[in-house]
Amino acid sequence: MVGLEHYLTVAAALFVIGIFGLFLNRKNVIIILMSIELMLLAVNINLVAFSSFLNDLVGQIFTLFVLTVAAAEAAIGLAILVSFFRNRGTIDVEDVNVMKG
Amino acid sequence: MTVADIAFYIFSLTLVTAGLFTVVARNPVHSVLWLILSFLSASGLFVLLGAEFVAMLLVIVYVGAVAVLFLFVVMMLDVDFAALKGEMTKHVPLALLIGVVILLQLGLSFGVWESSDLAMGQRQAVTPDIKEVQNTAAIGQLLYTKYIYLFQSAGLILLVAMVGAIVLTIRHRTNVKRQDILAQIYRDPAEAMELKDVKPGQGL
Repeated sequence: MVGLEHYLTVAAALFVIGIFGLFLNRKNVIIILMSIELMLLAVNINLVAFSSFLNDLVGQIFTLFVLTVAAAEAAIGLAILVSFFRNRGTIDVEDVNVMKG
Repeated sequence: MTVADIAFYIFSLTLVTAGLFTVVARNPVHSVLWLILSFLSASGLFVLLGAEFVAMLLVIVYVGAVAVLFLFVVMMLDVDFAALKGEMTKHVPLALLIGVVILLQLGLSFGVWESSDLAMGQRQAVTPDIKEVQNTAAIGQLLYTKYIYLFQSAGLILLVAMVGAIVLTIRHRTNVKRQDILAQIYRDPAEAMELKDVKPGQGL
């Protein structure tokens, strides 16, 4: 029988994979954004799992808001990425020091 | 082992594998495709949990919009990804170390975690019986009453994100001829054309 613990384990594994990708692709902002999406997905799985096993709908409502903010964040992040690429011709994060005084 | 259990193991295995390939794939287009697969399997998990609305939302919002946005950006930016990936192996030990440490921390807290006796009494919105109210209807009844202000501010966040994305990426090009309505309205036919008397054998 699959219980709450199984879902929490999957979410934890996905979260750690997201952090792993964050450190693995230090230069590629696109993959970093995708890793952040994976971590948010892990959080959503946690919320929905608790919501389902406690019979409390608020978890799913909260998942909805997390999803909204994640979508807004992805859009803004990609827009910044596009305008940065236009100005610098690269998406190497280690070059991001334009605002350094 | 019931069918639901087998489905859980299939979905979760696909989810974790696709997540891993998302971060280690050499080609970013493949990364986005793995990301789409992981979102699809996560929505399968949500269906198994009885959260159908969130599952369908995940498919529509993430697979339909966010992943396609990623795909567009990856394909439209002419980035030399091979150079970016070249130093990937350099970061593997640090990334593995941090990943294992966080996994251990999560495991430790998971080992001592237990649900409080008060948890059941502190629920804010008990899920109604699925035979009477469906998942989507129940979420709607809660979202449009108790959480209406949060819902409205979520819409505001999306509006701000949309305006911000447009402002960031808009490009004012020079040397592009655009329609100027006012100039067209105030155009004077008398000044539009000038007649010149050209004498034979001479130019203007």
